[in-house]
Amino acid sequence: MNKIERSPLQVWQDHLRAEELAYQFSPDANKAVFYPRLVCPHGGKAPLEWRISAGRGTVYSISRVYPIKGESYPVALIDLDEGFRMMSTVEGATGEPEEIGRRVRVTFRAVAGEADKLPPPLPVFVWEDA
Amino acid sequence: MMTNLPKRGGSAIVGVAESDLGVVAPGTTPLDLMGQAIQSALADCGLTLGDVDGLFAAASQLRMPTLSLCEYLGIQPRYMDSSYIGGASFQSLAAHAALALEAGLCSVAVIAYGSTQRSARGSFVPQRDINEYDAPFRPRLPVTGYALAAARHMHLYGTTRSDLADIAVAARKWARLNPQAFDRRPLSVDDVLNAPMVSSPLGVKDCCLVTDGGAAVVMVRADRARSFRKKPVYLLGYGEAQEHHSISQMADLTDTGAARSGAQAYAMAGLMAQDIDVVQVYDAFTITTLLFLEDLGFCPKGEGGRFVQGGAIAPGGKLPVNTSGGGLSYCHPGMFGLFTMVEAARQLRGECGDRQVVNAQTAIAHGNGGVLAGQATLILGTSSTL
Repeated sequence: MNKIERSPLQVWQDHLRAEELAYQFSPDANKAVFYPRLVCPHGGKAPLEWRISAGRGTVYSISRVYPIKGESYPVALIDLDEGFRMMSTVEGATGEPEEIGRRVRVTFRAVAGEADKLPPPLPVFVWEDA
Repeated sequence: MMTNLPKRGGSAIVGVAESDLGVVAPGTTPLDLMGQAIQSALADCGLTLGDVDGLFAAASQLRMPTLSLCEYLGIQPRYMDSSYIGGASFQSLAAHAALALEAGLCSVAVIAYGSTQRSARGSFVPQRDINEYDAPFRPRLPVTGYALAAARHMHLYGTTRSDLADIAVAARKWARLNPQAFDRRPLSVDDVLNAPMVSSPLGVKDCCLVTDGGAAVVMVRADRARSFRKKPVYLLGYGEAQEHHSISQMADLTDTGAARSGAQAYAMAGLMAQDIDVVQVYDAFTITTLLFLEDLGFCPKGEGGRFVQGGAIAPGGKLPVNTSGGGLSYCHPGMFGLFTMVEAARQLRGECGDRQVVNAQTAIAHGNGGVLAGQATLILGTSSTL
Protein backbone atom coordinates (compact mmCIF):
# COMPACT_ATOMS: atom_id res chain seq x y z
CA MET A 1 0.00 0.00 0.00
CA ASN A 2 1.45 3.35 -1.06
CA LYS A 3 1.37 6.20 1.42
CA ILE A 4 -1.04 8.99 0.47
CA GLU A 5 1.22 11.84 -0.66
CA ARG A 6 -1.54 14.26 -1.67
CA SER A 7 -5.13 13.59 -0.70
CA PRO A 8 -7.87 13.48 -3.33
CA LEU A 9 -9.18 16.80 -1.97
CA GLN A 10 -5.74 18.42 -2.25
CA VAL A 11 -5.32 17.27 -5.84
CA TRP A 12 -8.79 18.55 -6.72
CA GLN A 13 -8.03 21.90 -5.11
CA ASP A 14 -4.68 22.11 -6.94
CA HIS A 15 -6.64 21.84 -10.18
CA LEU A 16 -9.10 24.50 -9.02
CA ARG A 17 -6.18 26.87 -8.39
CA ALA A 18 -5.27 26.33 -12.06
CA GLU A 19 -8.94 27.01 -12.95
CA GLU A 20 -9.48 23.41 -13.95
CA LEU A 21 -12.54 21.36 -13.00
CA ALA A 22 -11.06 17.94 -12.32
CA TYR A 23 -12.81 14.62 -11.94
CA GLN A 24 -11.74 11.01 -11.88
CA PHE A 25 -12.23 8.24 -14.39
CA SER A 26 -12.38 4.50 -13.78
CA PRO A 27 -10.66 2.73 -16.71
CA ASP A 28 -12.06 -0.64 -15.62
CA ALA A 29 -15.67 0.55 -15.37
CA ASN A 30 -15.31 3.12 -18.19
CA LYS A 31 -17.16 5.59 -15.97
CA ALA A 32 -16.55 9.03 -14.50
CA VAL A 33 -16.21 9.25 -10.71
CA PHE A 34 -17.01 12.26 -8.55
CA TYR A 35 -16.33 13.17 -5.74
CA PRO A 36 -12.62 12.26 -5.94
CA ARG A 37 -11.54 9.26 -3.87
CA LEU A 38 -8.93 6.52 -3.57
CA VAL A 39 -11.15 3.52 -4.28
CA CYS A 40 -13.20 2.89 -7.43
CA PRO A 41 -16.88 2.79 -6.40
CA HIS A 42 -17.70 0.72 -9.50
CA GLY A 43 -15.57 -2.24 -8.43
CA GLY A 44 -12.62 -1.43 -10.74
CA LYS A 45 -9.15 -2.63 -9.75
CA ALA A 46 -7.02 -0.17 -11.73
CA PRO A 47 -6.29 3.17 -10.03
CA LEU A 48 -8.68 6.00 -10.82
CA GLU A 49 -7.30 8.47 -13.36
CA TRP A 50 -7.57 12.24 -13.02
CA ARG A 51 -9.17 14.05 -15.95
CA ILE A 52 -10.15 17.64 -16.67
CA SER A 53 -13.77 18.41 -17.51
CA ALA A 54 -14.71 20.71 -20.39
CA GLY A 55 -17.00 22.33 -17.81
CA ARG A 56 -20.20 22.01 -19.82
CA GLY A 57 -23.31 20.42 -18.43
CA THR A 58 -27.00 20.46 -17.63
CA VAL A 59 -28.96 21.46 -14.52
CA TYR A 60 -30.15 18.16 -12.96
CA SER A 61 -32.01 19.89 -10.14
CA ILE A 62 -32.05 23.26 -8.43
CA SER A 63 -33.39 24.96 -5.32
CA ARG A 64 -33.32 28.49 -3.94
CA VAL A 65 -32.11 28.45 -0.36
CA TYR A 66 -33.48 30.97 2.14
CA PRO A 67 -31.02 31.14 5.03
CA ILE A 68 -32.08 32.26 8.50
CA LYS A 69 -29.95 35.37 7.99
CA GLY A 70 -28.88 36.95 4.71
CA GLU A 71 -29.84 36.82 1.06
CA SER A 72 -31.30 33.77 -0.67
CA TYR A 73 -29.17 31.93 -3.23
CA PRO A 74 -29.52 29.02 -5.70
CA VAL A 75 -28.02 25.58 -5.07
CA ALA A 76 -27.90 23.20 -8.01
CA LEU A 77 -26.88 19.71 -8.99
CA ILE A 78 -25.09 19.81 -12.34
CA ASP A 79 -24.69 16.82 -14.67
CA LEU A 80 -21.39 17.38 -16.50
CA ASP A 81 -21.12 16.10 -20.07
CA GLU A 82 -18.34 13.68 -19.05
CA GLY A 83 -20.85 11.75 -16.94
CA PHE A 84 -20.47 12.98 -13.39
CA ARG A 85 -22.68 15.07 -11.13
CA MET A 86 -21.65 17.76 -8.67
CA MET A 87 -23.26 20.28 -6.37
CA SER A 88 -22.67 23.92 -7.27
CA THR A 89 -24.59 27.11 -7.95
CA VAL A 90 -25.81 28.78 -11.13
CA GLU A 91 -25.23 32.51 -11.15
CA GLY A 92 -28.38 34.43 -12.03
CA ALA A 93 -30.67 31.44 -11.56
CA THR A 94 -34.04 31.85 -9.87
CA GLY A 95 -33.87 28.31 -8.49
CA GLU A 96 -37.26 27.34 -9.92
CA PRO A 97 -37.86 23.83 -11.36
CA GLU A 98 -38.33 25.36 -14.83
CA GLU A 99 -34.54 25.82 -14.94
CA ILE A 100 -33.93 22.07 -14.78
CA GLY A 101 -32.47 20.82 -18.05
CA ARG A 102 -30.89 24.14 -19.04
CA ARG A 103 -27.30 24.12 -20.28
CA VAL A 104 -24.54 25.65 -18.15
CA ARG A 105 -20.78 26.17 -18.26
CA VAL A 106 -18.28 26.41 -15.44
CA THR A 107 -16.45 29.52 -14.32
CA PHE A 108 -14.24 30.12 -11.29
CA ARG A 109 -14.87 32.63 -8.52
CA ALA A 110 -12.29 33.72 -5.99
CA VAL A 111 -13.17 33.05 -2.35
CA ALA A 112 -12.33 35.53 0.42
CA GLY A 113 -9.68 34.40 2.90
CA GLU A 114 -6.35 35.23 4.47
CA ALA A 115 -3.54 35.53 1.94
CA ASP A 116 -1.36 32.76 3.39
CA LYS A 117 -4.18 30.18 3.46
CA LEU A 118 -6.37 31.35 0.63
CA PRO A 119 -9.03 28.78 -0.29
CA PRO A 120 -9.07 27.68 -3.94
CA PRO A 121 -11.54 29.39 -6.28
CA LEU A 122 -15.03 27.88 -6.38
CA PRO A 123 -16.29 26.18 -9.54
CA VAL A 124 -19.64 27.85 -10.17
CA PHE A 125 -21.83 27.77 -13.25
CA VAL A 126 -23.37 30.34 -15.57
CA TRP A 127 -25.97 29.81 -18.31
CA GLU A 128 -24.21 28.48 -21.41
CA ASP A 129 -25.73 31.21 -23.57
CA ALA A 130 -24.86 33.96 -21.08
CA MET B 1 -31.13 -9.81 -0.44
CA MET B 2 -32.13 -10.96 3.03
CA THR B 3 -31.68 -14.60 3.93
CA ASN B 4 -34.61 -16.49 5.46
CA LEU B 5 -33.99 -14.68 8.75
CA PRO B 6 -35.67 -12.94 10.47
CA LYS B 7 -38.57 -15.34 10.10
CA ARG B 8 -41.96 -14.09 8.92
CA GLY B 9 -44.01 -13.77 12.08
CA GLY B 10 -41.13 -15.02 14.21
CA SER B 11 -41.26 -12.09 16.60
CA ALA B 12 -43.80 -9.55 17.72
CA ILE B 13 -44.18 -6.10 19.21
CA VAL B 14 -45.95 -6.46 22.57
CA GLY B 15 -45.41 -3.03 24.13
CA VAL B 16 -45.27 0.51 22.75
CA ALA B 17 -45.18 3.98 24.27
CA GLU B 18 -44.19 7.56 23.73
CA SER B 19 -42.46 9.70 26.34
CA ASP B 20 -43.55 13.27 26.97
CA LEU B 21 -43.81 14.96 23.57
CA GLY B 22 -43.71 18.49 22.27
CA VAL B 23 -41.94 20.76 24.74
CA VAL B 24 -40.59 18.93 27.78
CA ALA B 25 -39.75 20.30 31.23
CA PRO B 26 -36.56 22.39 31.45
CA GLY B 27 -33.48 20.28 32.03
CA THR B 28 -35.04 17.07 30.72
CA THR B 29 -32.44 14.97 28.88
CA PRO B 30 -32.77 12.54 25.96
CA LEU B 31 -32.07 9.77 28.50
CA ASP B 32 -34.95 10.94 30.70
CA LEU B 33 -37.27 10.63 27.70
CA MET B 34 -35.91 7.22 26.72
CA GLY B 35 -36.27 6.03 30.31
CA GLN B 36 -39.81 7.38 30.59
CA ALA B 37 -40.83 5.77 27.29
CA ILE B 38 -39.25 2.42 28.23
CA GLN B 39 -41.04 2.39 31.57
CA SER B 40 -44.38 3.06 29.85
CA ALA B 41 -43.79 0.52 27.08
CA LEU B 42 -42.94 -2.15 29.67
CA ALA B 43 -46.07 -1.25 31.65
CA ASP B 44 -48.03 -1.53 28.38
CA CYS B 45 -47.19 -5.24 28.24
CA GLY B 46 -46.76 -6.00 31.94
CA LEU B 47 -43.00 -6.49 32.00
CA THR B 48 -40.40 -4.76 34.19
CA LEU B 49 -36.89 -3.45 33.64
CA GLY B 50 -35.54 -6.63 35.22
CA ASP B 51 -36.97 -8.61 32.29
CA VAL B 52 -35.07 -6.61 29.65
CA ASP B 53 -32.06 -8.54 28.37
CA GLY B 54 -31.79 -6.94 24.91
CA LEU B 55 -31.36 -3.20 24.38
CA PHE B 56 -31.44 -1.42 21.02
CA ALA B 57 -31.08 2.34 20.70
CA ALA B 58 -30.08 5.12 18.34
CA ALA B 59 -29.94 8.83 19.12
CA SER B 60 -28.53 11.96 17.56
CA GLN B 61 -27.64 13.60 20.90
CA LEU B 62 -25.88 10.57 22.39
CA ARG B 63 -22.69 9.14 20.92
CA MET B 64 -23.02 5.78 22.70
CA PRO B 65 -26.73 5.47 23.44
CA THR B 66 -26.80 1.88 24.73
CA LEU B 67 -23.96 2.60 27.16
CA SER B 68 -25.63 5.73 28.52
CA LEU B 69 -29.02 4.06 28.65
CA CYS B 70 -27.79 0.95 30.51
CA GLU B 71 -26.09 3.19 33.04
CA TYR B 72 -29.22 5.33 33.44
CA LEU B 73 -31.54 2.33 33.83
CA GLY B 74 -29.11 0.31 35.96
CA ILE B 75 -29.38 -2.75 33.74
CA GLN B 76 -26.79 -5.00 32.07
CA PRO B 77 -28.57 -6.62 29.12
CA ARG B 78 -27.05 -9.70 27.48
CA TYR B 79 -27.34 -8.16 24.02
CA MET B 80 -27.06 -4.57 22.76
CA ASP B 81 -27.04 -2.84 19.36
CA SER B 82 -26.77 0.85 18.48
CA SER B 83 -26.42 0.68 14.68
CA TYR B 84 -27.03 4.10 13.22
CA ILE B 85 -28.56 4.96 9.83
CA GLY B 86 -30.41 8.09 10.92
CA GLY B 87 -34.19 7.99 11.07
CA ALA B 88 -34.29 4.51 9.51
CA SER B 89 -32.27 3.08 12.42
CA PHE B 90 -35.34 1.91 14.30
CA GLN B 91 -36.76 -0.32 11.58
CA SER B 92 -33.28 -1.72 11.16
CA LEU B 93 -32.91 -2.24 14.91
CA ALA B 94 -36.29 -4.03 14.98
CA ALA B 95 -34.95 -6.52 12.44
CA HIS B 96 -31.74 -6.90 14.45
CA ALA B 97 -33.87 -7.46 17.55
CA ALA B 98 -35.93 -10.09 15.72
CA LEU B 99 -32.73 -11.89 14.71
CA ALA B 100 -31.34 -11.71 18.25
CA LEU B 101 -34.64 -13.00 19.71
CA GLU B 102 -34.79 -15.87 17.22
CA ALA B 103 -31.14 -16.76 17.87
CA GLY B 104 -31.73 -16.81 21.62
CA LEU B 105 -29.33 -13.93 22.27
CA CYS B 106 -32.06 -12.20 24.27
CA SER B 107 -35.69 -12.84 25.23
CA VAL B 108 -37.08 -9.34 25.82
CA ALA B 109 -35.82 -6.69 23.39
CA VAL B 110 -36.43 -2.98 23.92
CA ILE B 111 -35.89 -0.41 21.15
CA ALA B 112 -35.65 3.16 22.44
CA TYR B 113 -35.26 6.72 21.22
CA GLY B 114 -35.28 10.13 22.87
CA SER B 115 -34.47 13.69 21.87
CA THR B 116 -34.76 17.21 23.25
CA GLN B 117 -34.17 18.79 19.87
CA ARG B 118 -36.72 21.56 20.42
CA SER B 119 -35.68 22.53 23.95
CA ALA B 120 -32.00 22.26 23.05
CA ARG B 121 -32.31 24.53 20.01
CA GLY B 122 -29.44 26.94 20.01
CA SER B 123 -27.24 24.81 22.27
CA PHE B 124 -27.39 21.56 20.32
CA VAL B 125 -26.73 21.29 16.60
CA PRO B 126 -27.23 17.84 15.12
CA GLN B 127 -23.92 16.48 13.91
CA ARG B 128 -23.62 16.27 10.14
CA ASP B 129 -20.96 14.53 8.12
CA ILE B 130 -19.51 17.20 5.89
CA ASN B 131 -19.13 16.48 2.18
CA GLU B 132 -16.21 18.81 1.37
CA TYR B 133 -17.27 19.06 -2.26
CA ASP B 134 -20.86 20.11 -1.50
CA ALA B 135 -20.36 22.28 1.59
CA PRO B 136 -18.97 25.42 -0.15
CA PHE B 137 -22.31 25.84 -1.95
CA ARG B 138 -24.17 26.04 1.37
CA PRO B 139 -27.06 23.63 0.94
CA ARG B 140 -29.35 24.04 3.95
CA LEU B 141 -29.38 20.41 5.02
CA PRO B 142 -31.43 18.37 5.25
CA VAL B 143 -34.15 20.49 3.63
CA THR B 144 -32.23 21.44 0.47
CA GLY B 145 -31.65 17.75 -0.29
CA TYR B 146 -35.39 17.12 -0.24
CA ALA B 147 -36.07 20.37 -2.13
CA LEU B 148 -33.82 19.20 -4.97
CA ALA B 149 -35.78 15.94 -5.11
CA ALA B 150 -39.09 17.84 -5.12
CA ALA B 151 -37.94 20.16 -7.92
CA ARG B 152 -36.82 17.18 -9.98
CA HIS B 153 -40.17 15.43 -9.42
CA MET B 154 -42.01 18.58 -10.53
CA HIS B 155 -39.82 18.80 -13.65
CA LEU B 156 -40.34 15.16 -14.65
CA TYR B 157 -43.95 14.55 -13.66
CA GLY B 158 -45.68 17.91 -13.36
CA THR B 159 -46.14 17.61 -9.61
CA THR B 160 -47.14 20.95 -8.08
CA ARG B 161 -46.62 22.75 -4.78
CA SER B 162 -50.37 22.39 -4.31
CA ASP B 163 -50.03 18.58 -4.51
CA LEU B 164 -47.39 18.73 -1.79
CA ALA B 165 -49.64 21.02 0.24
CA ASP B 166 -52.36 18.34 0.09
CA ILE B 167 -49.94 16.06 1.96
CA ALA B 168 -49.36 18.61 4.73
CA VAL B 169 -53.10 19.25 5.02
CA ALA B 170 -53.87 15.51 5.23
CA ALA B 171 -51.30 15.07 7.98
CA ARG B 172 -52.86 17.95 9.89
CA LYS B 173 -56.36 16.48 9.56
CA TRP B 174 -55.11 13.24 11.10
CA ALA B 175 -53.32 15.19 13.83
CA ARG B 176 -56.59 16.89 14.71
CA LEU B 177 -57.90 13.42 15.60
CA ASN B 178 -54.84 12.63 17.76
CA PRO B 179 -54.84 14.19 21.25
CA GLN B 180 -51.07 13.61 21.46
CA ALA B 181 -50.31 15.64 18.32
CA PHE B 182 -48.23 18.79 18.73
CA ASP B 183 -49.88 20.99 16.09
CA ARG B 184 -53.66 20.53 15.80
CA ARG B 185 -54.52 23.97 14.43
CA PRO B 186 -56.53 24.07 11.19
CA LEU B 187 -54.33 24.16 8.08
CA SER B 188 -55.40 24.88 4.49
CA VAL B 189 -53.65 24.38 1.16
CA ASP B 190 -53.32 28.17 0.91
CA ASP B 191 -51.67 28.30 4.35
CA VAL B 192 -49.05 25.87 3.09
CA LEU B 193 -48.55 27.66 -0.23
CA ASN B 194 -48.23 31.08 1.42
CA ALA B 195 -45.84 30.01 4.19
CA PRO B 196 -42.28 31.38 4.00
CA MET B 197 -39.89 29.50 1.72
CA VAL B 198 -37.06 27.51 3.27
CA SER B 199 -35.50 25.89 0.21
CA SER B 200 -37.69 26.16 -2.89
CA PRO B 201 -40.00 24.53 -3.73
CA LEU B 202 -40.40 23.64 -0.04
CA GLY B 203 -41.84 26.18 2.37
CA VAL B 204 -41.90 25.98 6.13
CA LYS B 205 -45.22 24.09 6.16
CA ASP B 206 -43.69 21.45 3.87
CA CYS B 207 -41.18 20.76 6.66
CA CYS B 208 -41.58 18.54 9.70
CA LEU B 209 -42.01 19.93 13.20
CA VAL B 210 -39.12 20.41 15.59
CA THR B 211 -40.26 18.92 18.92
CA ASP B 212 -38.92 17.05 21.90
CA GLY B 213 -39.90 13.46 22.50
CA GLY B 214 -39.04 9.80 22.77
CA ALA B 215 -40.56 6.39 22.24
CA ALA B 216 -39.96 2.74 23.07
CA VAL B 217 -41.04 -0.58 21.61
CA VAL B 218 -40.85 -3.99 23.34
CA MET B 219 -40.38 -7.13 21.22
CA VAL B 220 -40.43 -10.84 22.11
CA ARG B 221 -40.36 -14.13 20.20
CA ALA B 222 -43.71 -15.05 18.68
CA ASP B 223 -44.04 -18.22 20.80
CA ARG B 224 -44.59 -16.14 23.94
CA ALA B 225 -46.19 -13.06 22.36
CA ARG B 226 -49.75 -14.02 23.31
CA SER B 227 -49.00 -14.04 27.03
CA PHE B 228 -48.96 -10.23 27.42
CA ARG B 229 -51.67 -7.65 28.03
CA LYS B 230 -52.17 -6.38 24.50
CA LYS B 231 -52.73 -8.05 21.14
CA PRO B 232 -49.33 -8.91 19.62
CA VAL B 233 -48.25 -7.17 16.43
CA TYR B 234 -46.11 -9.54 14.35
CA LEU B 235 -43.13 -8.63 12.22
CA LEU B 236 -44.07 -10.04 8.82
CA GLY B 237 -41.55 -8.35 6.55
CA TYR B 238 -38.36 -6.37 6.60
CA GLY B 239 -36.15 -4.76 4.00
CA GLU B 240 -33.26 -2.31 3.99
CA ALA B 241 -31.44 -0.31 1.31
CA GLN B 242 -28.57 2.14 1.67
CA GLU B 243 -27.53 3.67 -1.64
CA HIS B 244 -25.83 7.01 -0.89
CA HIS B 245 -25.21 9.49 1.90
CA SER B 246 -24.84 12.93 0.28
CA ILE B 247 -27.72 14.09 -1.89
CA SER B 248 -25.21 14.82 -4.69
CA GLN B 249 -24.43 11.08 -4.79
CA MET B 250 -28.04 9.90 -5.15
CA ALA B 251 -28.34 8.32 -8.59
CA ASP B 252 -31.94 9.39 -9.29
CA LEU B 253 -33.56 11.92 -6.97
CA THR B 254 -37.05 10.59 -7.69
CA ASP B 255 -36.20 6.90 -7.14
CA THR B 256 -35.44 6.22 -3.48
CA GLY B 257 -34.06 3.09 -1.84
CA ALA B 258 -37.56 2.56 -0.45
CA ALA B 259 -38.32 0.80 -3.75
CA ARG B 260 -35.66 -1.79 -2.87
CA SER B 261 -36.31 -1.99 0.89
CA GLY B 262 -40.04 -2.20 0.23
CA ALA B 263 -39.65 -4.97 -2.35
CA GLN B 264 -37.63 -7.03 0.15
CA ALA B 265 -40.20 -6.45 2.89
CA TYR B 266 -43.15 -7.36 0.66
CA ALA B 267 -41.36 -10.52 -0.55
CA MET B 268 -40.67 -11.65 3.01
CA ALA B 269 -44.25 -10.86 4.10
CA GLY B 270 -45.81 -12.43 1.00
CA LEU B 271 -47.89 -9.27 0.64
CA MET B 272 -48.21 -6.44 -1.87
CA ALA B 273 -49.03 -2.77 -1.48
CA GLN B 274 -52.74 -3.39 -2.09
CA ASP B 275 -52.76 -5.78 0.90
CA ILE B 276 -51.67 -3.03 3.33
CA ASP B 277 -54.42 -1.48 5.46
CA VAL B 278 -52.48 1.33 7.19
CA VAL B 279 -49.43 3.23 5.92
CA GLN B 280 -46.91 4.97 8.18
CA VAL B 281 -44.00 6.58 6.32
CA TYR B 282 -41.34 8.90 7.66
CA ASP B 283 -42.54 12.33 6.50
CA ALA B 284 -39.62 14.64 7.15
CA PHE B 285 -41.00 16.81 4.34
CA THR B 286 -44.13 16.65 2.17
CA ILE B 287 -42.11 15.34 -0.78
CA THR B 288 -40.89 12.44 1.38
CA THR B 289 -44.42 11.08 1.79
CA LEU B 290 -45.03 11.41 -1.94
CA LEU B 291 -41.83 9.59 -2.93
CA PHE B 292 -42.45 6.75 -0.48
CA LEU B 293 -46.06 6.26 -1.61
CA GLU B 294 -44.69 5.76 -5.11
CA ASP B 295 -41.66 3.68 -4.18
CA LEU B 296 -43.61 1.43 -1.80
CA GLY B 297 -46.06 0.68 -4.61
CA PHE B 298 -49.18 2.57 -3.55
CA CYS B 299 -49.24 4.41 -6.87
CA PRO B 300 -47.12 4.32 -10.06
CA LYS B 301 -43.89 6.36 -10.24
CA GLY B 302 -44.73 9.94 -11.13
CA GLU B 303 -48.37 9.67 -10.06
CA GLY B 304 -47.82 10.63 -6.40
CA GLY B 305 -48.98 14.22 -6.89
CA ARG B 306 -52.24 13.18 -8.48
CA PHE B 307 -52.62 10.31 -5.98
CA VAL B 308 -52.68 12.58 -2.92
CA GLN B 309 -55.02 15.22 -4.38
CA GLY B 310 -58.39 15.96 -2.82
CA GLY B 311 -57.86 14.42 0.59
CA ALA B 312 -57.04 10.93 -0.71
CA ILE B 313 -54.64 10.23 2.18
CA ALA B 314 -56.57 12.29 4.76
CA PRO B 315 -59.19 10.85 7.17
CA GLY B 316 -62.01 9.37 5.08
CA GLY B 317 -59.77 9.13 1.98
CA LYS B 318 -58.86 6.08 -0.06
CA LEU B 319 -55.62 5.23 1.80
CA PRO B 320 -54.90 6.05 5.48
CA VAL B 321 -51.37 7.50 5.58
CA ASN B 322 -49.60 8.78 8.72
CA THR B 323 -52.65 8.50 10.92
CA SER B 324 -50.82 10.00 13.91
CA GLY B 325 -50.36 13.26 12.03
CA GLY B 326 -46.80 12.24 11.18
CA GLY B 327 -43.63 14.23 11.52
CA LEU B 328 -45.45 17.13 9.86
CA SER B 329 -48.06 17.59 12.63
CA TYR B 330 -47.78 14.99 15.44
CA CYS B 331 -44.15 15.16 16.56
CA HIS B 332 -40.67 15.21 15.10
CA PRO B 333 -38.00 15.05 17.78
CA GLY B 334 -34.94 14.84 15.52
CA MET B 335 -35.82 11.44 14.08
CA PHE B 336 -39.30 10.01 13.46
CA GLY B 337 -38.58 6.37 12.54
CA LEU B 338 -39.65 4.76 15.82
CA PHE B 339 -42.91 6.73 15.95
CA THR B 340 -44.06 5.14 12.67
CA MET B 341 -43.76 1.75 14.42
CA VAL B 342 -45.64 2.93 17.54
CA GLU B 343 -48.57 4.22 15.48
CA ALA B 344 -48.63 1.13 13.22
CA ALA B 345 -48.79 -1.14 16.28
CA ARG B 346 -51.57 0.91 17.86
CA GLN B 347 -53.62 0.84 14.66
CA LEU B 348 -53.26 -2.95 14.47
CA ARG B 349 -54.31 -3.26 18.11
CA GLY B 350 -57.35 -1.09 17.40
CA GLU B 351 -56.64 1.47 20.10
CA CYS B 352 -56.51 4.69 18.05
CA GLY B 353 -59.88 6.16 19.00
CA ASP B 354 -61.15 8.81 16.58
CA ARG B 355 -58.41 8.11 14.06
CA GLN B 356 -58.74 4.30 14.16
CA VAL B 357 -58.70 2.66 10.74
CA VAL B 358 -61.55 0.11 10.68
CA ASN B 359 -60.41 -3.53 10.73
CA ALA B 360 -56.71 -2.77 10.22
CA GLN B 361 -54.86 -6.10 9.94
CA THR B 362 -51.68 -5.09 8.10
CA ALA B 363 -49.47 -2.02 8.34
CA ILE B 364 -46.28 -0.72 6.80
CA ALA B 365 -43.87 1.38 8.87
CA HIS B 366 -41.15 2.91 6.72
CA GLY B 367 -38.08 4.68 8.08
CA ASN B 368 -35.89 7.18 6.25
CA GLY B 369 -32.41 8.30 7.29
CA GLY B 370 -30.33 11.27 6.16
CA VAL B 371 -31.25 12.89 2.83
CA LEU B 372 -33.34 10.04 1.34
CA ALA B 373 -30.31 7.88 2.17
CA GLY B 374 -30.91 5.03 4.63
CA GLN B 375 -34.20 3.26 3.88
CA ALA B 376 -35.74 0.52 6.01
CA THR B 377 -39.22 -0.96 5.76
CA LEU B 378 -41.21 -3.05 8.23
CA ILE B 379 -44.47 -4.82 7.46
CA LEU B 380 -46.51 -5.65 10.54
CA GLY B 381 -49.67 -7.66 11.00
CA THR B 382 -52.17 -8.98 13.52
CA SER B 383 -52.46 -12.68 14.42
CA SER B 384 -54.95 -13.08 11.55
CA THR B 385 -52.11 -12.48 9.06
CA LEU B 386 -49.90 -15.35 10.30
